[in-house]
Amino acid sequence: MPALVKKLLLAGLGLLLMAALGYAIARSGPLAPIRVTVARVEQGTVAPALFGIGAVEARRAYLIGPTVAGRVKRELVDVGDPVRAGQLLAEMDPVDLDQRVAALDAGLARARGAVAVALAQQRDAASKHELATINARRYADLGAQKFVSQSVVDGKVQEEQSARAALDAAAAGLASARQEIDRQNAERQGLRQQRANVRLLAPHDGVVSAREAEPGSTVVAGQAVLRLVDPASLWLRVRFDQGRSEGLAVGLPARIVLRSQPQTPLPGKVARVELVSDAITEERIAQVVLDTPAAGTSIGELAEVTLDLPAATPSPVVPNASLKRLGEQTGVWMLADGKPRFVAVQTGARGLDGRVQILSGLQAGAEVVVYSERELSANSRVKAVAALAGQKP
Amino acid sequence: MISLAGRDILHSWARFAFTGIGLGLLIGVTLSMAGVYRGMVDDAKALLDNSGADLWVVQKDTLGPYAEPSSLRDDSYRALLGLPGVADAANITYLSMQVRQGGVEKGADVRTMVVGISPGQPGEPGYLIAGRQITRGHYEAVADVKTGFALGEAIRIRRHDYTVVGLTRRMVSSGGDPMLFVSLKDGQDVQFLKDNEAILNERQRTAANSALNRPGVPGLLDAIQASQTSNHNVNAVLVRIAQGHEPEAVAREIRRWKHLQAYTRAQMEEILVSKLILTSAKQIGMFLVILSIVSAAIVAFIIYTMTLGKIREIAVLKLIGTRNRSIAGMILQQALGLGLIGFSVGKIAATLWVPIFPKYVLLTPEDTLRGFVAVMLICALASTLAIRAALRVDPATAIGG
Repeated sequence: MPALVKKLLLAGLGLLLMAALGYAIARSGPLAPIRVTVARVEQGTVAPALFGIGAVEARRAYLIGPTVAGRVKRELVDVGDPVRAGQLLAEMDPVDLDQRVAALDAGLARARGAVAVALAQQRDAASKHELATINARRYADLGAQKFVSQSVVDGKVQEEQSARAALDAAAAGLASARQEIDRQNAERQGLRQQRANVRLLAPHDGVVSAREAEPGSTVVAGQAVLRLVDPASLWLRVRFDQGRSEGLAVGLPARIVLRSQPQTPLPGKVARVELVSDAITEERIAQVVLDTPAAGTSIGELAEVTLDLPAATPSPVVPNASLKRLGEQTGVWMLADGKPRFVAVQTGARGLDGRVQILSGLQAGAEVVVYSERELSANSRVKAVAALAGQKP
Repeated sequence: MISLAGRDILHSWARFAFTGIGLGLLIGVTLSMAGVYRGMVDDAKALLDNSGADLWVVQKDTLGPYAEPSSLRDDSYRALLGLPGVADAANITYLSMQVRQGGVEKGADVRTMVVGISPGQPGEPGYLIAGRQITRGHYEAVADVKTGFALGEAIRIRRHDYTVVGLTRRMVSSGGDPMLFVSLKDGQDVQFLKDNEAILNERQRTAANSALNRPGVPGLLDAIQASQTSNHNVNAVLVRIAQGHEPEAVAREIRRWKHLQAYTRAQMEEILVSKLILTSAKQIGMFLVILSIVSAAIVAFIIYTMTLGKIREIAVLKLIGTRNRSIAGMILQQALGLGLIGFSVGKIAATLWVPIFPKYVLLTPEDTLRGFVAVMLICALASTLAIRAALRVDPATAIGG
């Protein structure tokens, strides 16, 4: 009897070993069925959204510099100083502008003297002309009564004409002297404006954001000495991937996460969508304004911006993990009698949460494969399980 | 007729079983070693399978992107899309690097291959085991489960924190590093983005170059510095061929007209298997060969000594007139039985410990079958040695002669 028990025991052990071997061969390695999870297609709405990153920049920024090359003489403000429109910020070295104004002032005084001279000359010519006219008239009378010869009369007439010409010349001289004053005046005005131009004034209320040249440095025309920004005009220049920018429009509500404040999304909206997009980076560019200016924002700070688009119409919705490509088709794997079957679908809006709208090819309530351990094919052996790993984010 | 072998085993079953288990563990090690070798080759093939491409377009005269560095402009794909026979072309970047778990400075470093992909294009992970695919253009990642990252976890690559949104498996580099998928722009940044000190130093270097920082040309320096901190390179373009086109024909067109190198699937496999992992695979292969020989020798010795251990009983059998065929049959049956137990235990043991290996170990049914045949053959061969010894024994030894 003990021999029989032993025999049975050994036979049992042998069977157990064989069973374990069979299980090991069938359940591991390439012969094992592919474990998958399935989910029911829901009827729902996808809330599509766009995601982009951008940097804070000032809508109104001013480069303040001279219009001609020169040397910076002094600067009255420093970075961070608030300034008012019209405030003197810096001054360029005027070099010889003051002296040239003084020279023009002297020239103007001389021109006024020249006008006085011309006036006197005109009066002199007028009196000479008057005398010559009287003389000419008198000699004409005497000549008519034959008291003097005709040649004397002609002489007097010629004197009168000559005096009139001298009078005209004096008038012209006076006009020219007066024009000289105007010219000198205009020139002086121009110089004074140049002189005023070396004073760099704030064009708008704002804050000094950079001092690019210190007193003593030489700058070319148009180069900035100071940079000014209007802190009330901060907005974000946000870049969206062209491939995922459908629906980008002015007025869309935005959720803005500044890099310095990752825990507090700030509300905002799209203020402008640029017509020209970046062909190299394949991105569209939009400007997004904050509803209320955030304290402590710095220009150039990185921000993540999520734009909420209007929800799509209700339709079957699948997770994006279930969408697969087979050849040139996009579709999902469905389980029919435990066998996977590929069904081509047409997709619509995609939400940032990974839900995808199905336009055609699938009805709500159908069961599709979501996760799988391996790539599926039409003759894979599959086994549906509850979960493969981890939790949904 | 009673089974001599069965009775003998019954008589000393514990010894027989433990010998079988010991033998089994040895066979298990050999099977695992074969699995390590297969896993290595399979890693290389998985890399190609998972990219979902028919053609790999890389820098001219390189074996990129896996075996050699390759760099091409990220707008090359547009020119490729215009070629007949090209259905899809997608940029991709690869970079093996350490990724810090848990964000900030604390977490552990994990060695990964960071892959920059375009969503919905070749190169995207073909299947997930949890979570979802990348939907945002930046700062999201899908990780291979071997990285140890969990869903929703923050990981730090260079100076940005990424969120793990999906998990996949068997996505490895040819070296077996688990992959981490990020969006293409992030992938480009990761390759190029330096630490802040390096960027500042580079700016100063540029500013110190008087040709690039000319006093009369405001804005020149800014423009040069901006151009220095952007990256428009990728490592390869993955091309999917339209139906009805021959991959090699399209590859020939690309090589000829686009001044780029294009590899088909077969060529890429050749590069990976026979160039990249050749020596390490040979190393493992050599070890496998030695291990097999050693295992065979040990099996033979065990069976031989087992027979010698009961030489007195055999002599008795001979004395009572048992035929040689019965004795030979007993020894052969025992040897084969031992082989069967050993193989079963080995296979089960290998199946049990394979998942603990850090890198992929592939136990193929062909290898299992081959192993089974080899074990049985070795046992049969070894038993002939023992049978020879048993048949030559003098029956007189049974009575102490």
